[in-house]
Amino acid sequence: MGNGETVSQSFAILGRHFLEGGQVSTEIKGMLKELGIDAAIIRRVAIATYEAEMNVVMYAEQASLTLKVTPRAITITVVDRGPGIPDIELAMQEGYSTATAEMRELGFGAGMGLPNIRRNADEFNITSTVGKGTRLKITVNLNETNGRGLPFNPHRQ
Amino acid sequence: MVLSDVQTLLHCRVFSGKDLLDRPVKYGCASDLMSDVLAFSQSGALLLTGMVNVQTIQTAYIAESIGVIIVRGKKPDATVIGVARQKGIPLLGTPYSMYEACGILYRAGVPSTMKCVHEHDLSKSV
Repeated sequence: MGNGETVSQSFAILGRHFLEGGQVSTEIKGMLKELGIDAAIIRRVAIATYEAEMNVVMYAEQASLTLKVTPRAITITVVDRGPGIPDIELAMQEGYSTATAEMRELGFGAGMGLPNIRRNADEFNITSTVGKGTRLKITVNLNETNGRGLPFNPHRQ
Repeated sequence: MVLSDVQTLLHCRVFSGKDLLDRPVKYGCASDLMSDVLAFSQSGALLLTGMVNVQTIQTAYIAESIGVIIVRGKKPDATVIGVARQKGIPLLGTPYSMYEACGILYRAGVPSTMKCVHEHDLSKSV
């Protein structure tokens, strides 16, 4: 992967498949390691992706998650078909949750998912239509100006 | 301290990762809420939890925990052990309660990974 080139790959996530939850984020974590991206950046992307993946597993019917890596940034876009979020501002509050007992038994549904995703992202955007679904897009910067990670070296193995 | 010291201190049974018990234990992290682990734990922490399912192992992998200690004598099923093996996560079980297990490790010098208290002004909260 040379300068200016990008990696782009899409993954399918199925709702209610609790045992499979985490497989996409695991795969993405492995891909980012292979690209030689800084470990602290990988951890932030992996946490945000895993929370987003679990949100789909818990609440939506299905989703497409797209990973895009450029020399400047990593972008994760999740578009789901599901019930949507009626009040995004409320859903962004730590501790607010509509989780069922089944979700809580997995250790999720404590109202930390979306705040966790935002905490690990440099850019965070979410839109939702009730009855149709939710679109989440996060960006984690790879350039030096964000002061949080090392520069991305596309040639490192 | 390394994981095998924790195994001795907490009288642990090892379900996976017998060959990984030389991993250093830098911090401890105790929670049944996986999102709290993801939000507040640092890379290299040992996770103590009463939550025994595949997502416990996924969380440990994503949060870069060095291992998982299941408290209160709970036993993971074959699927959970299989995922732990596959992801290279040492999975141990202790008969101690969460409170006792944390107390033993804290007394032995394992600090907390969660820095929540430093974000609050304790003088104002009493």
